[in-house]
Amino acid sequence: MIRKERIDRGIKVRSDDIYAISSYREILYLLLPRVIPVLCLLLLPTLLGSYYERVIIISCLMGLLALSWDLLASIGLFSLGQAFFFGVGGYASGFFSYQLGLPVPYSIVLGTVSGALVCTLLLAPVLRLKGVYFSIVTLAFPLFFVRIIESTKILGGTEGITGISPIGNSWIELYIPIFVFLFSLFGLRRLINSDYGIVLQAIRDNDRAVISSGINVYAYKLECTFIVSLLSCFSGAFMTHIYQAVGLSAFALDYSLLPLTSAVLGGVGTFAGPAIGTFILVPLSEFLRVFGTLRVVFYSVILFLCIVLLPEGIFPFLKRKYHQIERFVEV
Amino acid sequence: MRENFLVVENVSKSFGGVKAISNVSFSLSGNSLLGIIGPNGAGKTTLINIITGFIKPDSGRVIFKGDDITGLPGYKIAEKGIARTFQIVRPFLHLPAYKNLIIPLYSKRVKSFRGGRFGDRDTVAIDLLEEVGFERDSSVPYKSASSLPHGYLKRLELARCLALQPELLILDELFSGMSMSEVAATVPIIEKLKAEGLTLIMIEHRLRELFRIADKVIVLNFGEKIAEGKPSEVIENELVKVAYLGAESA
Amino acid sequence: MLTGIIVYGLVNSSILLLVALGFCLTFGVSRIANFAHGAIYILFGYLMWIFLNWLKIPFLFAILLTLVLSGIFGYVAYYVAVRRVRGIVLSEVVSTFALGVGILEFFRWMGFVTYEFSLPPIKKGSLYILGFPIDYQRLIIILAAIGLVAFLYFFTHYTKLGLSFRAIAQNERTAIALGIDADRVAALSVAFGSAFASVASILVLPLGIISINSGYEALLIAIAVGIVGGLESIPGMILASLVLGFVQIVVGVYVSSAWVMVVYLLAIIVILVVMPSGLLGKFKELEERV
Ligand SMILES: Nc1ncnc2c1ncn2[C@@H]1O[C@H](COP(=O)(O)OP(=O)(O)OP(=O)(O)O)[C@@H](O)[C@H]1O
Ligand SMILES: [Mg+2]
Repeated sequence: MIRKERIDRGIKVRSDDIYAISSYREILYLLLPRVIPVLCLLLLPTLLGSYYERVIIISCLMGLLALSWDLLASIGLFSLGQAFFFGVGGYASGFFSYQLGLPVPYSIVLGTVSGALVCTLLLAPVLRLKGVYFSIVTLAFPLFFVRIIESTKILGGTEGITGISPIGNSWIELYIPIFVFLFSLFGLRRLINSDYGIVLQAIRDNDRAVISSGINVYAYKLECTFIVSLLSCFSGAFMTHIYQAVGLSAFALDYSLLPLTSAVLGGVGTFAGPAIGTFILVPLSEFLRVFGTLRVVFYSVILFLCIVLLPEGIFPFLKRKYHQIERFVEV
Repeated sequence: MRENFLVVENVSKSFGGVKAISNVSFSLSGNSLLGIIGPNGAGKTTLINIITGFIKPDSGRVIFKGDDITGLPGYKIAEKGIARTFQIVRPFLHLPAYKNLIIPLYSKRVKSFRGGRFGDRDTVAIDLLEEVGFERDSSVPYKSASSLPHGYLKRLELARCLALQPELLILDELFSGMSMSEVAATVPIIEKLKAEGLTLIMIEHRLRELFRIADKVIVLNFGEKIAEGKPSEVIENELVKVAYLGAESA
Repeated sequence: MLTGIIVYGLVNSSILLLVALGFCLTFGVSRIANFAHGAIYILFGYLMWIFLNWLKIPFLFAILLTLVLSGIFGYVAYYVAVRRVRGIVLSEVVSTFALGVGILEFFRWMGFVTYEFSLPPIKKGSLYILGFPIDYQRLIIILAAIGLVAFLYFFTHYTKLGLSFRAIAQNERTAIALGIDADRVAALSVAFGSAFASVASILVLPLGIISINSGYEALLIAIAVGIVGGLESIPGMILASLVLGFVQIVVGVYVSSAWVMVVYLLAIIVILVVMPSGLLGKFKELEERV
């Protein structure tokens, strides 16, 4: 009889410790899964042509949303409204660029930072909420902004702000999102495994024990929210300049659903998972463009199937397979 | 500060109609071990929650080393040196056992000097786990907390508190759910902590072990303090027998 | 003016209560926040429309069919969407939310967005109360809201199923130990919740056209009433509906109708920040929320 046998390569375990890596083969083994995607991301756009450049830019920006969603989830705050951060960042840079006439780099930086401050300030009172209650608030926030802008007619009202200056240089337009995305991806993966990140994870598991360990949980949540807001607002701010316009659609459900779906598809809490998820979903949604609004239905179907049937996600699955040897043995 | 190390003054708390704690006062001198006993629902955990800042009392004060700590947020009280375990164990299930100790080691109280120990936080964590009886050279300290048996989780809780280098350690039913041999192994740890100068409060249902090590015992029933004194005195108290053991055995 | 505000305030409050009742019932019994609630509300509005206009089913029979189907839908939805992720808060929310968005956006894509999609009122015409005109449909809504609350009260206090609902709500573990099948009760609670949603859609939707966005709005209404009222307490929900309903009408009259929607959103956020247990919530929930 033939049976399939799975053996752990054991490199992962060793590389986590000091007496780690013994040969070039093992170094390569650990380096390749990191280097290849990075190289692909850096080289593909020039190889594929300008249509795909667009797709890659958008993937990176949406990837930032997904990464920041995942960071928020790491402290146990599950957001149903990533569009809130995205929209605030978008409007902030639109405001600086169009209404104050600042040049593009300034409007992006200022838009990101001030947007992040606004988001953090608005979320500060609700960070104490747990479980569904936080999700409910985040679901309400983008809608709230839409209604406020609609009824007060500020920031261009229902029309939005148009005629915002473009970024200008197509290299910058392409490589800034890529670099920010890669930097955030690897930075966050490092952060979450540092002692600081351990505390964040502990807050998600059980915040009362963290409190009784002498840690100000609220301060951590605040810091984390600020990082999350920075990343997401940057995404919105940059997108505003790419589209040269920002409107109420920046608060649309798409921008809440896409990061959420990416994270669940790729594997919550791994950062690499949400990144992989976005690079599957964004190109997919480009192909689905012909179906119009059916796109959102596709997202929700994927989200539904993933959460119910594949709670683990793609990345943890791939990782496990990569670190195992499979072979057939005679029994 | 040996006399009034911790003073609880006329503390009351009710939840809706239930008077969980009514007008409880006691004081505790430094480097002693206080036992709190009482039947289920007597309000013991609530009292601890009040002392450690998880619940604000309706009235009354808690004074620790001369400072009024009533109503301070929980993390501030922990920073002052009051550590507690939870009756229902609350480990960080997704983390390996030793990483559970990173959290207190990362707190303001011990972050910079690691409680006077050497090595990085991971090493300190492993040392601490060994102190509470985790086998150092086995894989146990590296296992995910979710896969540890209950007795280990209880001791992990204890280690989490010790990592904070507390001055007052509150143990909420540490022994419940431990096997006989685990209890026997843990009692010396507690005696050693006390010998090192720590002040302890223990809530226990295992009276035999508690009475052997406690200096003083207070008895709660329906939120009221019904007795206080040396273990030998409390054990003889009629009210306690009625409350604790039920009417027929009195 | 004042009579107008009172009458329309009452009507509006009843609408809020009707829309929210199902969501709060489900959450109160089994702690499942059914984020597909708004979608269910719209789904059965459209189904009712299809029964009436495409299949030409008689009115009363169509109502009956809608009610039964919505109950079955809720029951099945529990086993399909919630059962496997039960207890994981995020997953419960996400799976029901995805289900809801999927349903709503599917109808949008199908083009169910024009003016022809509206339900007929139960009784046409209107009458005068204190010299103020009010149509029968709105009157029926007020009566139905009162009726449903009374039904819920008797149901949870005097029927076996209702009592087991309350048992699960109070202490799931003990209830299981007493031999109550928690899964079945949870599924039934979702079934009842979605049947209540369809009752609301049959009564409320005839006031306007059936629109996708009112599905999202219904979810927000349900959440707002639930949060403000402190979930699981019926008096709290009635109070919350009255407060929100009247505030909305007053805002609509004195400020602008554009701000009416803002009322729910603001209410949700403000209550969660200032009074996490809701107007009449119990202490127990506080620890859970904060
Ligand atoms: N958060 C709360 N909300 C409402 N009631 C509470 C809360 N916490 C405790 N109670 C009630 O207060 C009373 C005292 O509870 P407490 O947990 O302090 O008892 P205990 O002495 O620790 O009991 P045990 O020996 O079972 O641990 C009980 O009646 C309990 O139901
Ligand atoms: Mg207790």
